[in-house]
Amino acid sequence: MPIRPLVSYSIERVEVLREDGTVDEELMPSLSADEIQRLYEHMVLTRRFDERMFKLQRQGRLGTFARVTGQEGAQIGAVFALRPDDWLVPAFRENGALLWRGITMTQLLQYWSGDERGGAFPRALRTLPISIPVGTHLLHAVGIGWAMKEAGEDSAVLTFFGEGATSTGDFSEALNMAGVFQVPVVFFCQNNQYAISVPFTRQTAAPTVAQKALGYGIFGVQVDGNDVFAVYRATREALERARSGKEPTLIEAHTYRVTDHTTSDDARRYRSDEEVAAWLKRDPIERLAHYMRAQGFLDEAREAEIAAEADRKVAEAVEAFESIPPPEPEEIFRHVFAQKTRPLEEQEAALLARWERRR
Amino acid sequence: MRGEQIEERSLTYAQALNEALREEMQRDARVILLGEDIGVWGGGGVFGVTKGLLEEFGAERVRDTPISEAGFTGAGLGAALAGLRPVVEFMYVDFSMLAMDQICNQAAKIRWMLGGDVSVPLVIRAQQGAGRGNGPQHSQSLEAWYAHTPGLKVVMPSTPYDAKGLLKTAIRDDNPVVFLEHKLLYGTRGPVPKEDYTIPFGQAAIVRQGRHVTCVALSYQVHKALEAADVLAEEGIELEIIDPRTLVPYDRETVARSIMKTGRLLVTHQAPERAGFAAEVVMCALEDAFDYFDAPPLRVCGKNVPIPYSLTLEAAAIPQTEDLVRAAKRLVEGVPLGGRRS
Ligand SMILES: Cc1ncc(C[n+]2csc(CCOP(=O)(O)OP(=O)(O)O)c2C)c(N)n1
Repeated sequence: MPIRPLVSYSIERVEVLREDGTVDEELMPSLSADEIQRLYEHMVLTRRFDERMFKLQRQGRLGTFARVTGQEGAQIGAVFALRPDDWLVPAFRENGALLWRGITMTQLLQYWSGDERGGAFPRALRTLPISIPVGTHLLHAVGIGWAMKEAGEDSAVLTFFGEGATSTGDFSEALNMAGVFQVPVVFFCQNNQYAISVPFTRQTAAPTVAQKALGYGIFGVQVDGNDVFAVYRATREALERARSGKEPTLIEAHTYRVTDHTTSDDARRYRSDEEVAAWLKRDPIERLAHYMRAQGFLDEAREAEIAAEADRKVAEAVEAFESIPPPEPEEIFRHVFAQKTRPLEEQEAALLARWERRR
Repeated sequence: MRGEQIEERSLTYAQALNEALREEMQRDARVILLGEDIGVWGGGGVFGVTKGLLEEFGAERVRDTPISEAGFTGAGLGAALAGLRPVVEFMYVDFSMLAMDQICNQAAKIRWMLGGDVSVPLVIRAQQGAGRGNGPQHSQSLEAWYAHTPGLKVVMPSTPYDAKGLLKTAIRDDNPVVFLEHKLLYGTRGPVPKEDYTIPFGQAAIVRQGRHVTCVALSYQVHKALEAADVLAEEGIELEIIDPRTLVPYDRETVARSIMKTGRLLVTHQAPERAGFAAEVVMCALEDAFDYFDAPPLRVCGKNVPIPYSLTLEAAAIPQTEDLVRAAKRLVEGVPLGGRRS
């Protein structure tokens, strides 16, 4: 009885847009000049918004939040492939993706300032709330995909998470069930190399996240996460596979968190400036701009115009955010149950009586 | 005050916990630490409790884990069964829910199921509580969940002195201990002796003596009760503040004795009122001192709602000093003060 290979697999990595701004013509997804323009504009808007939010946080006008800067290629490239009737199940680092889905900057500012009314996304946007417990939302994506399949809808689900989330039990359970049930879900991992202070190599002994798909019998692929075309191409393909065959996919976007974990961390304590500098050179926005300049889609004047336009929108949103009146204390009782229970009504009455006295 | 008789030295709650870990690790090579971002992060976790321990004891004993709450708790339990004395850390108690099976189905029961033939020297440390605007999934107080599970000891220190002494006791205990720290306490200071000391479980501390109202306060609420006591003192109302320090085992005698003196009971914790530990405190007191009550006992606890993200709303959802003042006044309403049975 010989020992023979039983199965062998390989994991592919997709790259389309090179660092010098040239593309692999064969792999280049079909995108019109106008679409590329919109991609770029949204990536710039996401960056400018992120930078402004950071300043607001430092001024004490926002609470702790997780920045997107450096991950725009992965994040925007992925949501760009979504249809409005698809679902988005975010983690907590997806301000760019949420904006693309139609959540406003004003709402996001409100949320991150510590006012959860901003996190109550309109139902029509098919976007779940920001998820704080790492990894647990992946299961919701499976359930939604299952429901879409049952309803006979051809919409799919895209869910975001970091490589740290792949260490949770919920990640395993989600991918396994997605495979068993064959649900239309795209699991999109932004592997930004760090989960707070823990580097990817201490999160798993596997050299890639993508290969984890194999254990669950689903398709897995790695893309250059700072290459917005590769991300878009892989996500679109995965979404098509989801719609037509109801098959799940795991995509690993290989990228880097160039900022601190959140605004309350100092990453210099656990990684070198050289490492960060090397990744800053691979900036996803700059890479796309390189390509667009060569194609004649972008020149200095237009670049400045786009940046100014983004800043104007951000400024408007900040102004609108700052004029939102603070929430009333009775809000805390409002959505605990579909119908307020008697004990909650009593607690509310007692609280209001006290507040009245104070006013 | 406690600890005064020994050499005076002031530490923060976080520093006191850090010392307890360091000294126990020096004392016993079987003590190991597991948790997320407790080592290379440099600051020693979100609140600095494990600061400097990686450098002193190395990565084998101070282990940064993957984001696997169920994983490191279950592995901690396995290591405890095989002779190590692991201290596992949850960055937020809210995430201990991902390890609920390991804590409540496994760690809590395994000694009982094996007929007592194993030891489970596992300490589960977690940071909990509201007051920093951290939102609904970062601000809960879960002591009642754990106190309800047979087989777990539950500890909630409110001062640096207690934090150090109780953590040492927890590490030396052969049972699983859930050790709950409040996020607003890490920066608070208090006297901590240099000498080695432990605090036995099941001994409440009478934090302040008074004749009129017994106030049983958990964790951070001890400090709110002290504030309330100052306000009430101006009106001639004396609060006797009792910090149980450990919920399992719970020192019901100290509370009953106090009620025999005051005739009134007020219980406060940040966790939601419904089915919270206050209900247990009240019931024990009724069983032990029913005849001594001059007024129905009162609870001043969290509202039965998730903890809001907004600081204004959060303040409305958790008990404030003025709520304690009002409740204490209600308890003494219409009753001439002057102390009874004392
Ligand atoms: C279950 C759980 N454990 C721990 C935390 C604390 N925490 C918040 S973010 C984070 C790291 C997440 O890393 P990753 O999934 O890679 O996402 P990234 O932050 O890199 O985007 C941790 C440990 C949490 N929110 N939830």
